Amino acid sequence: MADVVMRIWRGDSEGGEFQDFPTQVSEGEVVLDVVHRIQAEDAPDLACRWNCKAGKCGSCSAEINGLPHLMCMTRMDTLPTEEPVVIAPMKTFPIIRDLVTDVSFNYEMARRLPPFAPKDPGPDGTYRMQQIDVERGQEFRKCIECFMCQDICHVIRDHEENKEHYAGPRLFIRYMELESHPLDTNDRRELLREEMGLGYCNITKCCTEVCPEHIKITDNAIIPLKERVVDASYDPVAWLGRKILRRTKKTATEAANHRTDPKPVKASQ
Amino acid sequence: MAEYEQIDLDVVVIGAGGAGLRAAIEAKQRGLRTAIVCKSLLGKAHTVMAEGGAAAAMGNVWSEDNWKVHFRDTIRGGKMLGNWRMAQLHAQESPDRIHELEAWGALFDRTKDGRIHQRDFGGHRYARLAHVGDRTGLELIRTLQQRAVALDIDVFMETKILRLLKNPSGEVSGAVGYHRPTGKMVVFTAKAFVLATGGIGRSWKYSTNSWESTGDGHALALWAGADIIDMECMQFHPTGMVWPLSVRGLLVTEGVRGDGGILRNSEGQRFMFNYIPEVFAAETADNEAEADRWYEDHINNRRPPELLPRDEVARSINAEVKAGRGGPHGGVYLDIASRRSSEFIQRQLPSMYHQFKELAGVDITKEAMEVGPTCHYIMGGIRVEPDTAASTIPGLFAAGEVAGGLHGANRLGGNSLSDLLVFGRRAGMGASDYADSRTSGTTVDSTEIERIIDEARAPLAREGGENPYDLQRDLQETMQNLVGIIRTGTELTQALSEIDALKERVPNLSVNGGIAYNPGWNLATDLPAMLSVCTMVTMGAIERKESRGGHTRDDYPKSDPAFGKINFVQRLNGSGECVVSPEPLPEMPDELKALLEEGAH
Amino acid sequence: MSTQEGIRPAPVPLVLGGARGGPRVRTLRRDSWKRSPLITQGYLLLFVVYATWAAFQNSNYYVGASSHRDLISPFYSPCIGASCVPGSHGSFLLHWWTYSPALVILIIPLGFRVTCYYYRKAYYRSFWHSPQACGVADGHKKYTGETRFPLIIQNIHRYFFVLGVLLNIMLTIDAVMAFRMPGAGGIGVSVGTIVLCANAVLLWFYSVSCHACRHLCGGHVNEFSKHPVRHGLWKIITPLNAKHMQLAWVSLSFVALTDLYVRLVASGIITDPKIF
Repeated sequence: MADVVMRIWRGDSEGGEFQDFPTQVSEGEVVLDVVHRIQAEDAPDLACRWNCKAGKCGSCSAEINGLPHLMCMTRMDTLPTEEPVVIAPMKTFPIIRDLVTDVSFNYEMARRLPPFAPKDPGPDGTYRMQQIDVERGQEFRKCIECFMCQDICHVIRDHEENKEHYAGPRLFIRYMELESHPLDTNDRRELLREEMGLGYCNITKCCTEVCPEHIKITDNAIIPLKERVVDASYDPVAWLGRKILRRTKKTATEAANHRTDPKPVKASQ
Repeated sequence: MAEYEQIDLDVVVIGAGGAGLRAAIEAKQRGLRTAIVCKSLLGKAHTVMAEGGAAAAMGNVWSEDNWKVHFRDTIRGGKMLGNWRMAQLHAQESPDRIHELEAWGALFDRTKDGRIHQRDFGGHRYARLAHVGDRTGLELIRTLQQRAVALDIDVFMETKILRLLKNPSGEVSGAVGYHRPTGKMVVFTAKAFVLATGGIGRSWKYSTNSWESTGDGHALALWAGADIIDMECMQFHPTGMVWPLSVRGLLVTEGVRGDGGILRNSEGQRFMFNYIPEVFAAETADNEAEADRWYEDHINNRRPPELLPRDEVARSINAEVKAGRGGPHGGVYLDIASRRSSEFIQRQLPSMYHQFKELAGVDITKEAMEVGPTCHYIMGGIRVEPDTAASTIPGLFAAGEVAGGLHGANRLGGNSLSDLLVFGRRAGMGASDYADSRTSGTTVDSTEIERIIDEARAPLAREGGENPYDLQRDLQETMQNLVGIIRTGTELTQALSEIDALKERVPNLSVNGGIAYNPGWNLATDLPAMLSVCTMVTMGAIERKESRGGHTRDDYPKSDPAFGKINFVQRLNGSGECVVSPEPLPEMPDELKALLEEGAH
Repeated sequence: MSTQEGIRPAPVPLVLGGARGGPRVRTLRRDSWKRSPLITQGYLLLFVVYATWAAFQNSNYYVGASSHRDLISPFYSPCIGASCVPGSHGSFLLHWWTYSPALVILIIPLGFRVTCYYYRKAYYRSFWHSPQACGVADGHKKYTGETRFPLIIQNIHRYFFVLGVLLNIMLTIDAVMAFRMPGAGGIGVSVGTIVLCANAVLLWFYSVSCHACRHLCGGHVNEFSKHPVRHGLWKIITPLNAKHMQLAWVSLSFVALTDLYVRLVASGIITDPKIF
């Protein structure tokens, strides 16, 4: 058992302050355990989100000593205990109360994403894909939507005005998943450049650093997307190639409106 | 007068796990005004915790597999207590539901010829679980979530439903609840409601379930007058983490055993060979050599005893620990490190690898895991009509864990995810058809609404009462100690009186702070449902004087064929008390009965 | 208080922002987050100072037949200016360019590295402070990233990659030529040979591990199973790409060291020992 002071932000949109909770820590405990104990014993109205407590749902994101972490996966014995452990809500999103923020920015950006538009299935009504074709997308689908990458990204963290035209790292991995999907038929490159703000990213990689699923957000999604956007918009050779081969690219509006409703699967009975 | 917002729709789905999302997608695709109401953020529901896979007899890995084998496995695994029609629909339709997910963007692991790969799991004769590493639940919920967003379904996140409301002619027509971020009250009126609220495990101390699994749907349906069945049938997952204490109960996927992991006691003995029950003896290996050969050749070898249904394995682990052959923290050892390569483990079980590495400091590619049984799933639930998922009261539908019947007395791993898809869709269809043909209005009684709101808000106004966290802790202790994996009549009776005593403390709960995002108050509004559900579990367990599946009675250790023919149904009587009555199981047609015989396939 | 039938409720607010809460401080980090950008800044400055000095020297970049060697500094190769010393150049010369040839040739590696996805991170963090470290407010009033001139030019990285590859070929030829020992028995190996070879190898690793290279070789393909060769290349490049940062620093350092070595030998401060 070690003594530690938990310094937790209490407040809402009207204002707030840090409140200190001295507590004892047992072996193996994570930050969320301690927060729960404070809730049960000292402050039942201390607001925090959590669900699975196993790093699978991405609910309990908060800033611990200045950097975003999942509270359920941060062991107390990895934190220095001589000083208070400082826990604050995610800075980038509007506050609701205490450690809970309004993350609807992310859901709105997900709504603006042109959905998966698959090719028609094979003659038996199902699809064939090789493991090597799905592996790249599977990395991005590990995302648990903790939104810590969105929180740490300085494009919106330090510049609220960019939220209107910047999808953020969580959505960029989703765009890359769809753009590299072996079955997808849409072309979202112009949309990414013109409306989703891919160019705002200056690849300083904080999103990759904080990802609890260790997704290589910058190297495997954002930079490949930037290169694909170069193909579509900044590369004269690629432009010439398109002219000669009479290939077209979709405009941002066309990409946003491109929807094919998936064919219903064939009944197996 | 209490203020509230009123929102009118065609279909309201309560719960945004796999079943709720699938139901809403179906209703929306049929053109109805549909909304989802859920307690957490979208995409955080308990489905994300599912690890191993979704069972569907696609026959991609073993072409011998088909719906009939899946049907047989489900019914036998459920100790003959399952609803035959649900099991049939489930086995027949799950392949289509899985393929459909691919058309919505899911990326399952592949076979060499590019089809969906399937893995072995306990109780399934063939490798049958479509999966993505060990994070299949995440894949499933994300796919459905993204489909729901593409269809522009309205989602009311972080909204808790307190009660269902009926119109004067007795049809379910409304739901009262509040938005957790603001604490503001809301009333949804609609032509049909789908309950997809998941499980009840939060009432046990060591559980794989999150704070959400308070049995809201079970309680809402009971209070509204619906029938609830099989509540005594609770599944304890054999392998939960036991150390460190703060993660005790956390799920360790059955996929570890499906991919070659074995169980040993503290003496190093592979003890499961000592616990093979008569009914599975013909298909279970009785020596290590045969068990090990089975992974490569399912046809000529019998399956390892580690892959017996979950109830058998959980009981065996419990017995080993009781006999003093457990590890230092009261578990047994689950070992895959000595049996598979480090690369294989990291590829097939990445999230298990991280879970143990980060939370327990154990490298599962080098050491064995210490595991023990943990409260996991409720097989029982709202009695539904199999084809439409309609409950016994008009206007109310149910799917997923909150519905009872499919899994009988014990659920097979992997059958839950396919259950969500098959019956989520059917609930969406049933609710849509009902809403389309419904002629009666959805007028609800505003004085009742105000009574519900006042009752819910009472703890906020009360001073100096009891902390809801204390009540929750006492309930968890009671259920863990007295209504756990092994039960006896005297302890169950004691539990019932303890729960009654706990219920009397509810009117004295008080919480400080405001109404906006106040977890103490939120818990106070969850407790009535938790207590009702615990009563049902205990009452059912008292009545079922035998051991069957997830329900094990120390004083009645054998299965009794007479009990195998009845469901215990619980409902409110005229004076609002919950009563239990035994009712016969639906009779299975002869052609399906024939499928259950050994060697029928 | 009821919404009218048929009016769509909007559960997802359309405003993307809102009042932020939490502490209003630049950062809550208490670790030594300032150290890494400072080291990067110092190291890059050191390199720039040395490279500028070396490029303006216009001497001591070639060790020729008089010393029985054929070693050229990578800063000056291929030597195409009018002022190139005898032996250091081929037949192609820009006769009108009379300043140091390094000033022409260095544009390629400079452009390649300035537009490199790794160096961008390094200098945006250490020089621009946008942001200096994760979770530290960047302090700029406005931020437009790489969406407009001049930073939009970063998108031509792939052309610098191609030029960089051409330069690598030249430096590889230089490395092969370094096995010549004119007037001292034809072919041999000296420390200088090894230095030039190692330099060329490191530059190849740096170029091949480049993000643009990864994209051009295979990253742009969606169905790997239908393009086995591209997938094979992509599989080789991907693990190297993960080490791009390390390769960037090692190759940068080695280029400067190679120039320094040639410079020291050419100016007679040290002699290049022959190994065999």
